[in-house]
Amino acid sequence: MIKRSITTVLLAVALLILSVWSLFVGVIDLHLSDLLSGDLAQLEVFIISRLPRLLALLCTGVGMSVAGLIMQQLCMNKFVSPTTGATISSAQLGILLALLFLPGSTLWGRALFAFAAAILGTWVFVWFIQRIQFKDVVMVPLVGIMFGNVIGGITSYLAYQYDMTQALSTWLVGHFSLVVRGRFELVYLTVPLVLLAFLFANHFNIVGMGRDFSKNLGVSYNLVLFTGLSIAAMITASVVVVVGSISYIGLIVPNVVAMFKGDRIRGTLADTALFGAIFVLACDMLARVVIAPYELPIELVVGIIGSLLFIGLLLYRLRHGRKSVRLGPAHSGGCASSIAQPEKEGSI
Amino acid sequence: MKVTELTKQYDGKTVLNGVSFEIPKGKVISLIGPNGAGKSTVMGIISRLVARDAGLVDFAGKDISKWKSQELSKRLAILTQSNQIQMKLTVRELVAFGRFPYSGGRITPEDQQKIDEAIAYMELEAFEDRFIDELSGGQRQRAMIAMVIAQDTEFILLDEPTNNLDIYHASNMMKIVRRLCDELGKTVILVLHEINYAAFYSDYICAFADGKIVKFGTVKEVMTRQTLSEIYKVDFEILEVAGKPLSIYY
Repeated sequence: MIKRSITTVLLAVALLILSVWSLFVGVIDLHLSDLLSGDLAQLEVFIISRLPRLLALLCTGVGMSVAGLIMQQLCMNKFVSPTTGATISSAQLGILLALLFLPGSTLWGRALFAFAAAILGTWVFVWFIQRIQFKDVVMVPLVGIMFGNVIGGITSYLAYQYDMTQALSTWLVGHFSLVVRGRFELVYLTVPLVLLAFLFANHFNIVGMGRDFSKNLGVSYNLVLFTGLSIAAMITASVVVVVGSISYIGLIVPNVVAMFKGDRIRGTLADTALFGAIFVLACDMLARVVIAPYELPIELVVGIIGSLLFIGLLLYRLRHGRKSVRLGPAHSGGCASSIAQPEKEGSI
Repeated sequence: MKVTELTKQYDGKTVLNGVSFEIPKGKVISLIGPNGAGKSTVMGIISRLVARDAGLVDFAGKDISKWKSQELSKRLAILTQSNQIQMKLTVRELVAFGRFPYSGGRITPEDQQKIDEAIAYMELEAFEDRFIDELSGGQRQRAMIAMVIAQDTEFILLDEPTNNLDIYHASNMMKIVRRLCDELGKTVILVLHEINYAAFYSDYICAFADGKIVKFGTVKEVMTRQTLSEIYKVDFEILEVAGKPLSIYY
């Protein structure tokens, strides 16, 4: 038990260090001594810009990776995620519809539209892949990407028609530069949603093992499937509304963590959330540093790193199947005993 | 458990037509018959996985559809062929899911004990921290059975448990089935393709053909030349080996 939580502790410490560091990276130099001595100008930058940005980053990283984890488990496919499951593009369409029909809508109004659209889009996608039953697991994300692009196409068309392209661009490419106090609080919604996911972790696991398996254990397959997808879609939508689309995190992070820690959600959720937050923080710092004093949209950095990792994962999967990566006993309590166990079939 | 007049159609084709039988408690009952005879469908219906068109399934005095799914999962467990789990779970984690109907994932000390017992009973101690997708087919099948043991039900339903196993593992699986019945007092109902496994390891055989029961009786009653030829439309010869009927078909 203690061995298993070592990774969690390490990740938490790494996240803490990165978070503090991230607070002091930016155009205006902040110094801890000035902050403590009550320099008002510096305190203002800290409270209005730096802290909200950090909190939004953390929520985004945690939220997107947990949303990805839930979707992968429920769909029984390691390549399904908010990016490859049309959730993000549906949320964007929802925002556009809100801009069109309720021009004076507040952040919350747009969020409501985004929620509804994201949930609906994800449901349609999952209904579709369950209907078709692809033989090859890689087909599912490909269909998801196509489906997402169709929705994205509709969004672009509508945006052109109604001259909304510019307004919409904020939500197409995710970035944190507009995150200041008063404009980002909605992203906090991810926190209760992630807690909810943790509560239902075992249900998600069981549903991920199939309809018959769930029924045998007295778990209502459809109810849990749709609840889970809705939670994932709402997490995604609340991130998209505030910072725009951030792709690949929901895909990469859960996969990397599962390679080391397996698929039991109760055991991996904390690590997935922490690793997701670290990944986003690191990408954001890169985005801020590369062309300082300007900054790149984080989506650009995440997109480049993420797509490379995605291709790497695909190749790894094709070559090795789902073999786990084991770096030593610290990563899995079972490693020592499995080495001691000779590779012969035990007698029944 | 008592089944009356079960009927089921798929796309207008009748796969079950007025099937009635009663399951004796504490015995091993094998359902046999050619492909498409309806045995897997019966299994699906009596385990509430498949909806029926007509008929009754009485389980402990109440129709199976009236049971709360969670309550039923404490009394009846089913393993189907679709249970090919691709998830990276350790054997222990999988077995622990068998306790889900009781404690909803919050493992109590009593659950822990049941899990330990189930793992020990299936002799999986050495593998308990291994991921199931790294095990051989036989070991994985044993892990699934261990989960069902942890589920602690009176009835255990197994849909073709010997499928995809070699002779060694298949016969071991049948011996496990026998032990589940003899040592743990379970009622085990299984769908089998291999008639001689049914003959050697079960108490009763229920023979299906064309969506109907041709014969339901003790092994000796069903394993006759006439009945088997009628079901499978192949010539049979019945020998006796170790006091049990053995069929040869050609």
